[in-house]
Amino acid sequence: MAGGTQGSGDAVSHTYENARTWLLMPSWVVLTFLALIPVILMLVYSFLTKEFRGGVIWDFSLAAYDQFFFDRGLFGDDPPTFEWTYITIFWRSIWQAGAATLLSLLIGFPTAYFIATRPAHSRAIWVFLITIPYWVNLLIRTVSMKFLLRDQGPLNDTLMGLGIIDAPLTLVNTNFAVQLGLFYSYLPFMVLPIYAAVERYNFSLSEAAADLYASKFVTLRRVLLPAVKPGVVGGCILVFVPSLGSFLAPDLLGGAKNYMIGSLIEEQFKGNAGNWPFGAAASMILLSMVLIVLIIFARSQAHREKGAK
Amino acid sequence: MNKDDVAIQVKQAVKRYGTFTALKEISLTIHDNEFFTLLGPSGCGKTTLLRMIAGFEDVTEGSIQLFGQEIESLPPNKRPVNTVFQNYALFPHMTILENVGFGLEMKGTSKSEAQAKAMEMLELVQLSQFAKRKPSQLSGGQQQRVALARALAPQPKVLLLDEPLSALDLKLRKAMQLELKHLQRETGITFIFVTHDQEEALTMSDRIAVMSAGELQQLGSPREIYETPKNRFVADFIGETNLLEVTVDTIANDRATCHLGGGHQLTCNAVDGIGVGANVHMSLRPERLFISDTATESESLSGTVVENIFAGTDITTIVDLAEGPRVTVRTSNSDRGNKRIFEAGSQVFVNMEHGAARLMAN
Ligand SMILES: Nc1ncnc2c1ncn2[C@@H]1O[C@H](COP(=O)(O)OP(=O)(O)OP(=O)(O)O)[C@@H](O)[C@H]1O
Ligand SMILES: [Mg+2]
Repeated sequence: MAGGTQGSGDAVSHTYENARTWLLMPSWVVLTFLALIPVILMLVYSFLTKEFRGGVIWDFSLAAYDQFFFDRGLFGDDPPTFEWTYITIFWRSIWQAGAATLLSLLIGFPTAYFIATRPAHSRAIWVFLITIPYWVNLLIRTVSMKFLLRDQGPLNDTLMGLGIIDAPLTLVNTNFAVQLGLFYSYLPFMVLPIYAAVERYNFSLSEAAADLYASKFVTLRRVLLPAVKPGVVGGCILVFVPSLGSFLAPDLLGGAKNYMIGSLIEEQFKGNAGNWPFGAAASMILLSMVLIVLIIFARSQAHREKGAK
Repeated sequence: MNKDDVAIQVKQAVKRYGTFTALKEISLTIHDNEFFTLLGPSGCGKTTLLRMIAGFEDVTEGSIQLFGQEIESLPPNKRPVNTVFQNYALFPHMTILENVGFGLEMKGTSKSEAQAKAMEMLELVQLSQFAKRKPSQLSGGQQQRVALARALAPQPKVLLLDEPLSALDLKLRKAMQLELKHLQRETGITFIFVTHDQEEALTMSDRIAVMSAGELQQLGSPREIYETPKNRFVADFIGETNLLEVTVDTIANDRATCHLGGGHQLTCNAVDGIGVGANVHMSLRPERLFISDTATESESLSGTVVENIFAGTDITTIVDLAEGPRVTVRTSNSDRGNKRIFEAGSQVFVNMEHGAARLMAN
């Protein structure tokens, strides 16, 4: 895996390859322990039998996946029908995470652009300012968000004080509140990669576009966006993926009817009511879905690159 | 289009970056259909002036008019001006063909028509076989030619060229110079050409503006600039020259008699504003000097040959004037039949054509 010594027999490049293999070793070890082993563990657990007070019994079983996709009635002996409950939760999660990502992009892109176009010496300060709220624990930030959005909270008070609305808007326990919470949780993950891309962008390209009669909007769409696309895609992935599995924001801001996968999985591992194999199976399904989406995206990207040549 | 029409009028334009003044009260008029060159050393403000005309820098003071219209009122994408950028600024994610067709497309030409036109432009710069490549797959010189094709494609009224040939080898450069000149005559587009290469400026331009440190030093035809440089900077920058410190002794009948170190005397045309007793400079073009073992009546200087340097088409002879400065003399190889080459150490006279010596204020 690590820098496979391919071809070139000459001594210098061989030494170089060797050095690379050794230098990459720590990363490989860490990645193996922190990423690969947990995933394998999860995969194995999803095929085991549940123990009633949490934990597993080491007997192979497909029960977890069966429970996810099929409804066999209260006592498990009815003929199986397709189970929509969990699929619906998944779908809602994808939708919520997607909306949060879009919101992050709409706010994050101009923010990143703004920072990247400041004079070089003040950019670091702006980046620092963006990250300040994130020094506070996520739980506390999410609870504060709930406080802000309450019926008698500062936001509604202000809007009513200004006479914009007559009665408080119901914000807590809505989809919108969850999206807002997710957006707020992961905004820096959107801003930072885009900032890095825009900072590297050669602004004389925008000048060249204007010189060739392109309006500001066309310049953005045809020149700036394609050039910073890797940053935008990176930011979207970094916001979408954790949003999808998030449980704090949906739990605290969404209430019972805006339940997301993160909460579903979390509950399976909490206290005595849990079902570890089911939680593991749900995680595996989530992981597979994310991977499939990313692979489809990468494929279409590569395809487009090829098509352009 | 008519040469008497004014394409661009710069009136006392000043450009300041913070406290640094990049351009100091530049005034000049560029005619329609003209090949106009901005010439000057690195950092003198050529790009800055070009960027102000293109609309990427605002004018701190003064004004610039484009075909009689104040340009402040026109954003860059509304000006009938295209630029060949010094750093090319090709769109990296587009193919060469898409790059060249971009301006046409923005002007509303249909995509297919824009591509056909772009292909024509690429043929002109001899790059049609690379149409499907990305800019990063071309050499620097090829990229520069793409930049040129891209700016020419939408047929602007004024084309701004910021050192568009700097990355080309000598042969291609000469070919492109001819091609550009030809193109300019054919299309009638006003060219504003930036270079720090005086030879390029002299061969291509209708008129040249010589700049230095943000100031306009002289404006004129290549011949005027070369033969009657206004000041020491211009004389020194354009072509090679011997600049000798002299003191004016007498002035009579429009002729000034001066002396330089070592007691040498010379007579040359008097210049307005330089009176008796002035310590000024005299410019002697090396190719207008010749060496002989006899002195002519008034205009010769005695000295010793230091060395002869062979340089292809001509020979440069370095002569130390007796107790005076050093001068260089250039003899064309085609003249060698009737001009002797003196060995190092020979005692000689440096003679000059009538009118070769020019006085200039410092
Ligand atoms: N954005 C800027 N901020 C401050 N100073 C600048 C800026 N742009 C240019 N300058 C200064 O203005 C002067 C003129 O720059 P300009 O780029 O016009 O030079 P140039 O004549 O094109 O030189 P070259 O032949 O090297 O391209 C330089 O001294 C440069 O340092
Ligand atoms: Mg320049």
